[in-house]
Amino acid sequence: MLSQESLQQIDREIAKYPPDQKQSAVMSALRIAQVEKGWLPKELIEFVASYLDMPAIAAYEVASFYNMYDLEPVGRHKITVCTNLPCALSGGVHAADYLKEKLGIEFNETTPDGKFTLKEGECMGACGDAPVMLVNNHHMCSWMTKEKIDQILAELESK
Amino acid sequence: MSASGLILAGVDGDRTWGLQDYVARGGYSALRKIISEKIPPETIIAELKASSLRGRGGAGFPTGLKWSFMPRSFPGAKYLACNSDEGEPGTFKDRDILRYNPHTVIEGMTIAAYAMGCERGYNYIHGEIFEVYERFEAALAEARAAGLLGQKILGSEFSFELFAHHGYGAYICGEETALLESIEGKKGQPRFKPPFPASYGLYGKPTTINNTETFASVPFIINMGGEGFLNLGKPNNGGTKLFSVSGHVNRPGNYEIAMGTPFAELLEMAGGMRGGRKLKAVIPGGSSAPVLSGSVMMDCTMDYDSISKAGSMLGSGAVIVMDETTCMVKALERLSYFYFEESCGQCTPCREGTGWLYRVVHRIENGLGRKEDLDLLNSVTGNIMGRTICALGDAASMPVQSFIKHFGSEFEYHIENKKCLVPPEVQYEGSQIYVRP
Amino acid sequence: MLEIEIDGKQVTVEDGSTIMDAATKIGAFVPHFCYHKKLSIAASCRMCLVQVEKAPKPLPACATPVTNGMKVWTRSEQAVKAQKGVMEFLLINHPLDCPICDQGGECQLQDLAVGYGGSQSRYEEEKRVVLNKNLGPLVATDMTRCINCTRCVRFTTEIAGEMELGQAFRGEHAEIMPFVEKTVDSELSGNIIDLCPVGALTSKPFRFAARTWELARRKSVSPHDSLGSNLIVQVKHDVVKRVLPLENEDINECWLSDKDRFSYEGLNSDDRLTVPMLKQDGVWKETDWQTALEFAANGLRKTAKQNGPDSIGALASPHTSVEELYLLQKFTRAIGSDSVDFRLRQSDFRADGFREGAPWLGMPINEVSGLDRLFVIGSFLRKDTPLLAQRVRQAAKRGLHVSALNASAEEWLLPVRNRVLAAPSVFVPVLLQVVGALAAEKGVAVAEHLAAAVPSAVSEEARAIAQSLASGRKVAVWLGNLAVQSEYATEIHQLAEEIARLAEGAFGIIGEAANSVGGYLAKAIPLVGGLNARQMLEQPRKAYLLLNAEPDLDFANPALAQAALGAAPLVISLSAFKSPALFAAADVLLPIAPFTETSGTFVNCEGRAQNFNAVARPVGETRPGWKVLRVLGNLLEFEGFEQNDSDAVAKEALADGDRPDLGNRLFGLEFKFADQAFTGFERVSDVPIYAADPLVRRAPSLQKTRDAKAPIARANAATLAAIGVESGARVRLKQGEGVAEVQIVVDDTVAANCVRVAAATAATAVLGAMCGEISVERV
Repeated sequence: MLSQESLQQIDREIAKYPPDQKQSAVMSALRIAQVEKGWLPKELIEFVASYLDMPAIAAYEVASFYNMYDLEPVGRHKITVCTNLPCALSGGVHAADYLKEKLGIEFNETTPDGKFTLKEGECMGACGDAPVMLVNNHHMCSWMTKEKIDQILAELESK
Repeated sequence: MSASGLILAGVDGDRTWGLQDYVARGGYSALRKIISEKIPPETIIAELKASSLRGRGGAGFPTGLKWSFMPRSFPGAKYLACNSDEGEPGTFKDRDILRYNPHTVIEGMTIAAYAMGCERGYNYIHGEIFEVYERFEAALAEARAAGLLGQKILGSEFSFELFAHHGYGAYICGEETALLESIEGKKGQPRFKPPFPASYGLYGKPTTINNTETFASVPFIINMGGEGFLNLGKPNNGGTKLFSVSGHVNRPGNYEIAMGTPFAELLEMAGGMRGGRKLKAVIPGGSSAPVLSGSVMMDCTMDYDSISKAGSMLGSGAVIVMDETTCMVKALERLSYFYFEESCGQCTPCREGTGWLYRVVHRIENGLGRKEDLDLLNSVTGNIMGRTICALGDAASMPVQSFIKHFGSEFEYHIENKKCLVPPEVQYEGSQIYVRP
Repeated sequence: MLEIEIDGKQVTVEDGSTIMDAATKIGAFVPHFCYHKKLSIAASCRMCLVQVEKAPKPLPACATPVTNGMKVWTRSEQAVKAQKGVMEFLLINHPLDCPICDQGGECQLQDLAVGYGGSQSRYEEEKRVVLNKNLGPLVATDMTRCINCTRCVRFTTEIAGEMELGQAFRGEHAEIMPFVEKTVDSELSGNIIDLCPVGALTSKPFRFAARTWELARRKSVSPHDSLGSNLIVQVKHDVVKRVLPLENEDINECWLSDKDRFSYEGLNSDDRLTVPMLKQDGVWKETDWQTALEFAANGLRKTAKQNGPDSIGALASPHTSVEELYLLQKFTRAIGSDSVDFRLRQSDFRADGFREGAPWLGMPINEVSGLDRLFVIGSFLRKDTPLLAQRVRQAAKRGLHVSALNASAEEWLLPVRNRVLAAPSVFVPVLLQVVGALAAEKGVAVAEHLAAAVPSAVSEEARAIAQSLASGRKVAVWLGNLAVQSEYATEIHQLAEEIARLAEGAFGIIGEAANSVGGYLAKAIPLVGGLNARQMLEQPRKAYLLLNAEPDLDFANPALAQAALGAAPLVISLSAFKSPALFAAADVLLPIAPFTETSGTFVNCEGRAQNFNAVARPVGETRPGWKVLRVLGNLLEFEGFEQNDSDAVAKEALADGDRPDLGNRLFGLEFKFADQAFTGFERVSDVPIYAADPLVRRAPSLQKTRDAKAPIARANAATLAAIGVESGARVRLKQGEGVAEVQIVVDDTVAANCVRVAAATAATAVLGAMCGEISVERV
């Protein structure tokens, strides 16, 4: 269900923990699975659970508890904007509004071409860089002016 | 990033995070000294106590005392955990420490492991700063390759394995027992205490958890001595501290200053108020700390005792600055939404109460407030505070209580007039997208 | 010991106690939802907050450890304010659907809301709605009512042994659910209904059947497995509507298996035999009791006269009460025949005549928790005795090391340290090795009658078991149903007894049914040269008395049973149910009461005689079985059939005291084992959990469970390859004349060269013996 490369990555994560604590690697394993497949359908969660010898529902608990896991399909690029208070004071909401306007979608929606999904995020621990947005969970973009947003969207568009 | 002081002294952004630069800055000298001089663990803990270092994560618990709780002669594994799950709105210091000076955390943790006899440690890094997690992994690889980490460190009999573990979007994992649950591969739901982690922690084994900045301070304490560190700050408030300044200032960022520095000076360092506007309110210790009015804040110094006396908390040192264009109802609405979204769902008062609080503040903000709502909010927060396993319930309640206490008239105006005291266009203008000068 | 003051009362509690423990001890009620004495502590509902001296805030009684000199107030202003605050939070999102909620009248939330809730809600926002989940045929959900106490989650994980439920999502969005679209399939699942403090999880079969306050609550005893779980049977207008556990810490604790809980549905089955029936010229007709009884009595009298009393045999199900079994054997013996037996699924009776007493568990059930080593031989422990398996599971958490010898490694949901997988025909050689290794470990000589058979070479697996047992301080060796039903039951018994002796442990037999011990005590076995259950069928009798048994499903060899009974000129069946096989075999059907409609006694595996009373009036013209047997005795003018009530029968049947004539040792029996290599495939039979007796077979909801749909035939991959089929293929099973076509699936826990074929199942009722050779061909 996952590529050899992903499985090797998961194995490296498993090795970080004591041998009888494979379940500790579930957060990494779900992350690696999501990176490969784009989101986490239930079969994938079940696969990860059995790979780590843990009950499927326990893996589902984890996948549904942490909000960077996507239990529904998302666009090719997921953009998460922080609108929490410190970011909002420095234009986080305006940046989000600009993104909505540019992409023609609201939060939790995906553009008709399937390229972008927009999400409202909670504190990313980077308030000094506000406005902040996260691209595909792992790449943080700081001080998001309208020009920078235009530039990043253009780059992502072609990917 | 703007820095002076210790932890971020001499670092140059993304360019100097590596081992070579860290060593050039004097890095790993503390660890080498401990290993070569075979300094006894008790001496290290005594230095920590003398330094008056208090936990930098928010609670401010004396670090030396915490380390002394670890059972000395426990037969099995003992663990160390670093709490880099920084997600309290306003706080962003650990991210800078980890991306600009990761080795200071590795060295600090290794010394801690030596002092407490831990064989294994994990640094739990906030999921949203995944690039920092990757950098920390790279730093770990450097340290292992240099014999500074792993088996038989620096040729001694001391071994310590350290790994990075990432979160994936849950504020609650910043609570130390939720963090342990999360490392165990479960939902981050805090544990009831007692038992405390020092006796029943990760995988049920004795565990000590400290904040990133706390660990990062340790090599400096060893190098300059506990007293030297203490003298940088003021009594009972040892050392320097990173303050994360955000909101309506000209230069948001981290400022590492001596404890006890006046707030006015910190504000000045951060470039003063954006657009020269008037200071209205400050949350001095991260979103969970009670808000203080600007005037009260201008009389405070930045240390645990002064802020506490003013009726708030130094917390993680996250200073959220709000100017006169801020609608306090809207500000509280956003914070209340945050706690509602981040409640883990375990304890009844927090699971049910945070949503209730948000909905009432939301309706006040939207012109549907009722006269009795402020009493209702105070009553509901009273039923949440102190009634839950962890402090998230309190954290959700304190902003509500303090916003109403200090800015009650704004709330009343909203309820009576169905609109804000601050005109929408002024609010809009005040929170424009920040452009770095 | 710690001294503590609660609400002004002094109490001394053990170290490690919580405030809740102390409060319980003095009878102070602290309101709670998530706390449950058998589950781990969650401390999350926060309802049990109490005031503690010097504590700045109220503390949860369930989780706060007592310290010496602690002062606690459970009803002080601070405590009550906290409790009322929590109650308000619990109610804000709880629906106001109490009038249509099955939990009404027994709802903890409703009860506590009376004391702690406000009369009006301050919450005016929209209430939360949570989608229902399909948990299977037994548990209904109304998840909007859920208060997230997580008792059900903890139950599946901790007691049932498999996390089948979780709390997904977080905060206000948290909801209890199985993994997406999965059901809760545990054989203990019904307990989550009892545990749920609100109406989120309710009984599906009971749904909307009655309000709880309309139900009469009557004590009873489960007629199914050998544990004898204590029941509360709830009845409305003489119809059993629901069954709940009656707490008995020594037996079922506060739990019930789903079989015990939901089999009552079979009582109301269309298959109930409610009127006596007589076959005349091949046509079944309803008749009156007098005609039917006279027909039976005359038939027996005539058979005895024409063919001798030995031509009459009596066969009874082990799910039958002591009273019925006792009168059956007394009646049969009064006719002059010693051929009576209740061990219908056994095939090896060579130990008869050498037994110390009635085979039993060899220890009280509640001592299982104190064991540190256990060796289970030939048992489908989890499905055969779910709550005994549960006890073993809890003991394993406290350090019990379990070893097992089995022909098919059923998942027990507990750690099995040493497991040997072997065909039943190889059990004896394996056990001989364990005996040898154990004797060496202990430095003790093997008993004389076995010494010659013990091999010098010992496998690693056998040695591991021996070492495990040798290192224990409280050891037990148990025989399961597969061992007892084996063709080698005698040798297995001898060796297990020797292993227990060498390990200085208890030796026990788990037992197949509610009255597997009671049948021996009631003397429902041949004693003076009569035929046993197998012989009675192999040497066909002219007349049979059949008690609670179905020819196609309750016998070790159903083909043989149906042939023998079918050929007999007279078969008198006393049964609560009718069935095509009974119609085919019998000549007269006498409707007798199931356990809910008469009084009686079952003796459980620990030798405890448990008496029960009728909880409802007999359906139709049904009569208690013991009365029918007594009347037959009267009609034939036998002496000793004058009992006025079942108590009198029980008194006569059982010597005084709880535990007469129990004993597992075999005296004076030689060990004769000829190790013959098995050619072909060997049959391994399980009796599926919901197929074991006539009542449970007719419980519709249980028949919809996954357990009821388990594969009929399975074998490991190598065996499938040898047969030349893939998993899922149809195969032809043959034993003697019997041929059955079934699907076979791969199951690598089945021992080599074995085919596991379910017994007691319509699809296999044409086949022969439950053990021995079986031929398997691809279709």
